[in-house]
Amino acid sequence: MKRTSFWSWFWVAIGSLYFFLPLLSTFDFSLRAKKGVLTFIAYENVFKDPQFWSTIRFSLVIALFTVIFSILLVVPTVYWIRLRLPQLRMLVEFISMLSYVIPAIVLVFGLIRVFSGAPFHLTNSYFGTYVLLVAAYVVLTLPFVFRAIDTGMSAIDVRALTEAAQSLGAGRGTILFRVIFPNLRVAILSSVFLTLATVIGEYTMASFIVGIKAFGPYMSLIGQNKTYESSSITIISFTMTWALMMVIQVFNRDKTKRSSLSGVR
Amino acid sequence: MAFIELSNISKVYGTTTVVEKVNLEAEKGEFISFLGPSGCGKTTTLRMVAGFEQPNTGSITLDGADITYLPPRQRNIGMVFQSYALFPNMTVGQNIGFGLQTRKLPKEEIKQKVDEMLAMVHLESHIDKYPYQLSGGQQQRIALARALAINPAVLLLDEPLSALDAKIRVELRLEIRRIQQTMGITTIYVTHDQEEAMLLSDRVVVMSQGHVEQIGPPSRIYNYPATEFVAQFVGQLNLLPVSAVDMASATCTVAGHTIRFETSVARELSESPRLAIRPEELQIGFPAAGEEANTLSGEIASVLFLGAIVRLRVLVNGVLITADIFNERNITFPRAGDEIVLNFSKHACWLI
Repeated sequence: MKRTSFWSWFWVAIGSLYFFLPLLSTFDFSLRAKKGVLTFIAYENVFKDPQFWSTIRFSLVIALFTVIFSILLVVPTVYWIRLRLPQLRMLVEFISMLSYVIPAIVLVFGLIRVFSGAPFHLTNSYFGTYVLLVAAYVVLTLPFVFRAIDTGMSAIDVRALTEAAQSLGAGRGTILFRVIFPNLRVAILSSVFLTLATVIGEYTMASFIVGIKAFGPYMSLIGQNKTYESSSITIISFTMTWALMMVIQVFNRDKTKRSSLSGVR
Repeated sequence: MAFIELSNISKVYGTTTVVEKVNLEAEKGEFISFLGPSGCGKTTTLRMVAGFEQPNTGSITLDGADITYLPPRQRNIGMVFQSYALFPNMTVGQNIGFGLQTRKLPKEEIKQKVDEMLAMVHLESHIDKYPYQLSGGQQQRIALARALAINPAVLLLDEPLSALDAKIRVELRLEIRRIQQTMGITTIYVTHDQEEAMLLSDRVVVMSQGHVEQIGPPSRIYNYPATEFVAQFVGQLNLLPVSAVDMASATCTVAGHTIRFETSVARELSESPRLAIRPEELQIGFPAAGEEANTLSGEIASVLFLGAIVRLRVLVNGVLITADIFNERNITFPRAGDEIVLNFSKHACWLI
């Protein structure tokens, strides 16, 4: 008994070191902008840089629209597949996975080639590039948004709930927005946070479509040009992602509490 | 014209006919059950009345209006599901009020109706709870209240008690009957449980393999089954091989005994007719006298104690017959191997 517990702790410790050591070193390095003292000056510099705020705001807005469009696309699609076209599920799941298979660099060149020409001309205006970027991110985040929503939908009896609502006089819109969406709260929230985390740090597509306006390319630029600030920005983006993950955990815990309660019938 | 009419409705999936030429007329306020084994088409028929499926042929009218192809939400039909199908994101009160909200009724009216419905199912104190905080039986009561809140023309129940345990099932079926009687609502109830169907219904529709076998009041279905399927599906039945039939004197030979049977319900006999008799019609012990009495004598093969009844398996010249007798506290059980005499009236048996 003692032996098992020793070895399991041993491996946990090894794993933690592997994970935290580089992070701690980065953090330590980010504090050494001045010789001989530990200082947060690198962080101050980052926070003082107006470009940091403008790029992060830009990426957050793009992420917000990505979230809205992907949820509006995926939830009704998955709903309809579960209700009426279960034979299409495999196909749609395969399509949703394609952005895993195709490297982002290939995807972005393809997008620019297709949508810069007639009839779209999306790259001729700033607004056009924003649209293109959001569309690209919707595709990029499709694998986990689809998964999360599909899992969430499998946890509720979509057919019976739909039929119950129909017999009570509800139309399609009412069913989707008052019955289906609210019951996917946890699934939607986790896909929202995953999308946020992905979109904020994304580099390849952002740098080709909108350039330095987005946070990903900005981070990369800092990384190339400024020694200590690049480490501090790494820590900042890590912290942000972790905060999002923790929010997901909190909501997931809420869900498990509910389901374990409903188990006691 | 009847309140609900199903005329010749059929439903085909691919090459399988699930429902075949079903006809039914139900009067206002009537309680009708669809009874049959799983896969007999009873649920599909109910779903066509609800509007979730559409028949390939035939028509459905409700109060004189053709609703065959009307979408479910325009039918004003209340539906209760086996899985309750309560909206998990809404409280009990919101669930019951949902159908009234989609009808855009004023708030006070909705609240009043919700309270009234909750009182009807005796769950007033649970108005702010969520479905997952309730037991299965309570959830199904709420589902019933929700379906009735919209004042539906017809109430449809699709095996509403199948997911509940035995005790709650018995309680709730009485509740359903009480509420149906007070509201006087026309009800169609799907079940595979014959006891449930007989206890609840004004008329039972026995279905098998997509078609209707018999429609009638429970006692008629039980005592005068129209087909062999009904006879065997509803209740227990002995089917004894018959060696000789004399229709003129209404007698036949079963296991070496001459038996008088009833011919009041004329029916075409199959090639190898059998004598049908319910186990509870057989009396043991004392030989009965008179024109109408039949007697079989044999040897007890086994005795099964079922609580209220004791089931005897009796071998009569190689033919196994089941006889049920009532339990009594001071009963002396017959034992396997005992010689026994079985008596029954000629009205108790008929030829199939």
